[in-house]
Amino acid sequence: MEHKITTPLNKNTVQACHAGDTVLISGEIYTARDAAHKRLVELARQGKPLPFDIKDSIIYYVGPTPAKPGMAIGSAGPTTSYRMDVYSPTLIELGETGMIGKGKRDNNVIEAMKAHKAVYFAAIGGAGALLSQCVKKAEIVAYEDLGAEAIRKLNVENLPAIVVIDCYGNNLYESGRSDYLNMRKSDDVEE
Amino acid sequence: MNIRTIHAQEITETIKRLCIESNCHLPGDVKHCIECAREAEDWPGALNILDRIIENYNIADENVVPICQDTGVACVFIEIGRNVHIDGDIEDAINEGIRQGYKEGYLRKSVVGDPLNRVNTGDNTPAMIYFDIVEGDKCKITVAPKGFGSENMSKIKMLRPSDGVDGVIDFVLKTVDEAGPNPCPPIVVGVGIGGTFDKCALLAKKALIRDLTQRSPYPYYAELEETLKKEINRLGIGPQGLGGKTTALAVNIETMPTHIAGLPVAVNINCHVTRHMSVTL
Repeated sequence: MEHKITTPLNKNTVQACHAGDTVLISGEIYTARDAAHKRLVELARQGKPLPFDIKDSIIYYVGPTPAKPGMAIGSAGPTTSYRMDVYSPTLIELGETGMIGKGKRDNNVIEAMKAHKAVYFAAIGGAGALLSQCVKKAEIVAYEDLGAEAIRKLNVENLPAIVVIDCYGNNLYESGRSDYLNMRKSDDVEE
Repeated sequence: MNIRTIHAQEITETIKRLCIESNCHLPGDVKHCIECAREAEDWPGALNILDRIIENYNIADENVVPICQDTGVACVFIEIGRNVHIDGDIEDAINEGIRQGYKEGYLRKSVVGDPLNRVNTGDNTPAMIYFDIVEGDKCKITVAPKGFGSENMSKIKMLRPSDGVDGVIDFVLKTVDEAGPNPCPPIVVGVGIGGTFDKCALLAKKALIRDLTQRSPYPYYAELEETLKKEINRLGIGPQGLGGKTTALAVNIETMPTHIAGLPVAVNINCHVTRHMSVTL
């Protein structure tokens, strides 16, 4: 099933997303990767406010290339998500409802997603030139000193992604691969 | 014997150009392998992903923008003829080329100056530089930007000689299986066998810059490359790890002599954006 999703991403929309669905995401989303996540979680531990409203937000794990003149952003594909696993449960507890990245997540993240209703999307890793075309506007909102790792607010239109882990704990990395292998096994039997 | 002089400035200019072009234009052999995989794929989700991957590198070609936002740490391989004299500091010349290329090419600066204190150097220096001294009076320069999504999934193991080829196959398959969706499959697998701990890893890295359509010149290893590719693709990981026929585009093996007590094996994984470009001065 294909959904069109507009941010803010509320819990009802999260619960309508199922592993295997494709989505087109529009609206404001925030970028953060390793270094920014570390700072956000340090702020949270000190009880200080975060530099953006995290409630019902989507965080895109991306460190874009610098924008060429006349472009909103440079290449902007997802980075590998597991490096954020240590930080994500804290942000999910604070109200983050969507994450865009690529690759596996650990059980702590999946349990937090189930408990607080959040969804994990994968964008195509290595397709940074293509994905950058969905970004209409980008502005730095925090941690400019981190360069590519600064937190940016992106305005995106129809950013394509796949629901990989839903808020029920279903995981397309497991089911997609096993479905394929089962299909091939039955083909082998026919042959 | 005539000694030929190459000016350091010429090295800088070449490195700069190679940084920009290698990040924006995927090599023809890699494109060929992706397009062949697209033809052979029979899993609908996988087909859609491969189509997007092809669309992506076409956009990068046309607009001269980076194929991937991870424009890598710059790995630089220099094959320098013994009759060449470089007029200036060659390492400084290379790093100056990196500095200029990553700035003028709007490439991402992804290098931190210290592995634990982690402050970005701001210009993507230093490069990872390897020198080989060869015959002649030429200087071959290769720039291979290496992304870390795939680098992080790479492994090395010191096998026992008794583990033999089955041990090598087992280690390669386990490494690819554990990596799963993380290194952006379809992947290219560089395998180093032999040498010492350090040389083995370098062999695996060098394997990644060999043409993907050329098998090892040694028939035994050419066959092992085919076997490994077939076995990896039987894992069913598929493009982006969502299932499918295409997990590896190619397996390249490089080998060298080793110690009587050892069988080192290194697996250096690269994503479908396997970038490298060479120029001979």
